[in-house]
Amino acid sequence: MGIIQKSQVKSPWIMHFCNSSCNGCDIEVLASLTPLYDVERFGIVNMGNPKHADVLVVTGPVNYRTARVLKNLYDQIPDPKMVIAVGACASTGGVFHNCYNILGGVDKVLPVDVYVPGCAARPEAIIDGVVLALQKLSKAVGVAK
Amino acid sequence: MAPRTVAPFGPQHPVLPEPIQLKITYENEKVVDVVPALGYGHRGIEKACELNEYPKNIHLVERICGICSCIHGISYCETVERLWPLEVPPRAKYLRVIYSEMSRLHSHLLWLGLLCDALGFESMFMQFWRIREKVLDILEATSGHRVTQSISVVGGVRRDIDAEQEKTCIKVLQEVKKEAESLINVLASDPTVKARTVGKGVLTKEQAILLGINGPHLRASGVKEDSRMLGAQAYSELGFEPIVETAGDCYARALVRAREALQSIELQLEAFSKMPEGEIFERPKGRPPANEVTYRAEQPRGECFYYAKGNGTQHLERFRVRTPTFANIPSLLVMLPGCELADVPVIVLSIDPCISCTER
Ligand code: SF4
Repeated sequence: MGIIQKSQVKSPWIMHFCNSSCNGCDIEVLASLTPLYDVERFGIVNMGNPKHADVLVVTGPVNYRTARVLKNLYDQIPDPKMVIAVGACASTGGVFHNCYNILGGVDKVLPVDVYVPGCAARPEAIIDGVVLALQKLSKAVGVAK
Repeated sequence: MAPRTVAPFGPQHPVLPEPIQLKITYENEKVVDVVPALGYGHRGIEKACELNEYPKNIHLVERICGICSCIHGISYCETVERLWPLEVPPRAKYLRVIYSEMSRLHSHLLWLGLLCDALGFESMFMQFWRIREKVLDILEATSGHRVTQSISVVGGVRRDIDAEQEKTCIKVLQEVKKEAESLINVLASDPTVKARTVGKGVLTKEQAILLGINGPHLRASGVKEDSRMLGAQAYSELGFEPIVETAGDCYARALVRAREALQSIELQLEAFSKMPEGEIFERPKGRPPANEVTYRAEQPRGECFYYAKGNGTQHLERFRVRTPTFANIPSLLVMLPGCELADVPVIVLSIDPCISCTER
């Protein structure tokens, strides 16, 4: 396995994008970076730049305005990439399913690899989601265990 | 004239977890103009509130914003109760105060952490979030969820805090208080933090009143105004006094929020000591009558205004929320022009923007 593939799986950089979420899941994504959960010990770093990211973490339902932004960000992330939909409303639309400005879950615009349930999703569940995504990623880069 | 450049700040930006766009025009390093572009977080919750039956709206209203969710839920119930009007049992009033203050405490600690993050003070960010987890733990232990507590129902609250839990809460709150005090002392006296915040993003008292700013942002400009002074729920019995600073800069806003976090611990401890025994829920009779009511609540981010109109059915005819950040965004147009480009994140953060509240 090459050094690039190895570091992609060992130290995935995530980028967090908030659609029109209620913040509940966003603060849980951030909370998983802080001392109690501390995903940085697994080499997971939160990035602001899509070109540096391996994993796209999306919270919140897609609405008519963020759909384009989300697609745009996804296209900028280099391959291979993983998409994690965090929370009930990112997965299906959740409580907002009948709001007029909501398209639905993230899978309406992007191929989603892992769905994390919960409203709000617990940090443990989010970390579990990232681990699942990494297993998929290691298959994609050809270093499957 | 130096050449001007227009750069977008957001909708995806590391400082803000939420999508808002500011189109910033700058000349060399100086900001000359700012145009906010909103709409990324709009879902249409107010309309959806008309589609559901009124007791089910609590879950929807709580998800206007995940950080202020508890107070949104409580305020929705307070508003709908005013349609009858309905009196909730005294113990429920105290429980509502305790949960409101707990969510204010965790929200202010969260904000103080984010401020440190925006300043590049990474270790302090981690420390604030570490003690915030303790508050979330007691929220989870008493209500069952870390973020969206859903504690309030029309007519009272859903769960009681028993004597055992009360003891744990008091113990944890005292720990949090001790740790928060020492962290806030460091933050307030750190020369780097001062260099980045003192005199940055100044909003004078006159400007603040003219623009209709509210919440900690207004109090940092020297205006003594807080909706908790109206004495809804049990606030009238708790001897509440708003916290005011006069400088009106980013540093003053940080101080107001830091002191409010400590004050909210005091309020909780006082509420625990005064809380009467008794019922926590009284079932509302019939349907919400045809009536129009308003209610003002103090969110961690400022004053939130609610309006409800009933028509005698299970559905509300109209439910409207005017959130604090909506009123506070215009202040950016006054504070940002003239500042350095590198100060933009700190000044934007200093109003504690909550975009999902604003756009619902
Ligand atoms: S899943 Fe729930 S908590 Fe998370 S963003 Fe959606 S509504 Fe908010």
